Amino acid sequence: MYMVVIGGGRVGYYLIKALLNEGHEIVLVEKEEAICDAINDELGSVCVRGDGCEAAVLADVGTDRADMVIAVTGHDEDNLVACQLAKHRFKVPRTVARVLNPQNEVLFKKLGIDVTVTSTNIILENIEAEVPTHLMTHLLTIRDRGLEIVEMKVPEGSTAVGKALRDISLPANSVLSLIIRRGVRPVIPSPDTVLAADDQIIGVTPQESEEALRQALGDTKTNGGARSA
Amino acid sequence: MKILIMGCGRVGARLAGLLDVDGHRVTVLDTDSYSFRRLPSDFHGTALVGNGLDQEALKRAGIVDTDIFIALTQGDNRNIMASQVARHIFSVPRAICRIYDPLRQEIYASLGIETFSPTTVFAEMLRQKAEGR
Repeated sequence: MYMVVIGGGRVGYYLIKALLNEGHEIVLVEKEEAICDAINDELGSVCVRGDGCEAAVLADVGTDRADMVIAVTGHDEDNLVACQLAKHRFKVPRTVARVLNPQNEVLFKKLGIDVTVTSTNIILENIEAEVPTHLMTHLLTIRDRGLEIVEMKVPEGSTAVGKALRDISLPANSVLSLIIRRGVRPVIPSPDTVLAADDQIIGVTPQESEEALRQALGDTKTNGGARSA
Repeated sequence: MKILIMGCGRVGARLAGLLDVDGHRVTVLDTDSYSFRRLPSDFHGTALVGNGLDQEALKRAGIVDTDIFIALTQGDNRNIMASQVARHIFSVPRAICRIYDPLRQEIYASLGIETFSPTTVFAEMLRQKAEGR
């Protein structure tokens, strides 16, 4: 595939290295001469010096035949404009933008950027998962279906402990797909599976039911279910 | 009308003064409070320190019931993004955006914001002057 990458910072550099390794045809567009030279010295002539938000520069690197444009500068506004130019001027089928401020994700989606990668959220998720009291971790978002794949641990003293799945009222359209227990083979749960404390559960849930699912499996108060009713 | 101007440079400050005299409710937003020195001393509007790319700052500046948003910072991309936030996130009826790069200006003119390029305007003006038209 032919891909145009905008921004030769750390993200851009490691990204093109990985993409070149996979055998893709890559051009990197970077404003700063020193960065360009350093990258070309190391990786061969892959870097073109220029502003990736300028239509003339994008035309020069053959953006009209690119399968994908990936904008990974450190500025949301530059990534947005580069992707919009690629889409509207050069009809690039797939645009990917790095988003630094999570607030901007909605705007990028509304404006038709195909894929947004919000580094701040990814870092947050990873750190949150290491906080012992944090119950639920997002593993993957299936965007076009509005579904989340989540991981959570059943806490000690949860109302769900010792209950069979059939007796736990899960939110509509939420599914528990895997239970991982220490020292045992992971099991695909059936309605008869009885939950134990410390069970690690992988589930699929609509975004709006996330909190209800967290309560169904994680609430430690006996009247926990009543709150959502 | 309620008008929000992002960027209090020479053009932004002057425009704010003019619109204020015409009786509009004007708010000016800039990341640097020092730039507000350019506003006329009898300016009745509001001057606020804040980044126009930050949705919280825009809310504080009253974007929710703004009639016209005008982006006049030095960065084309900043102006473009802020104008699109105004139109698509806050449903401001009109967003006017300065874009120095003529090509970028042309493209965004067809994407829901009102754009103008000082580069194109001045070059044309100077051409007419030079040719004595």
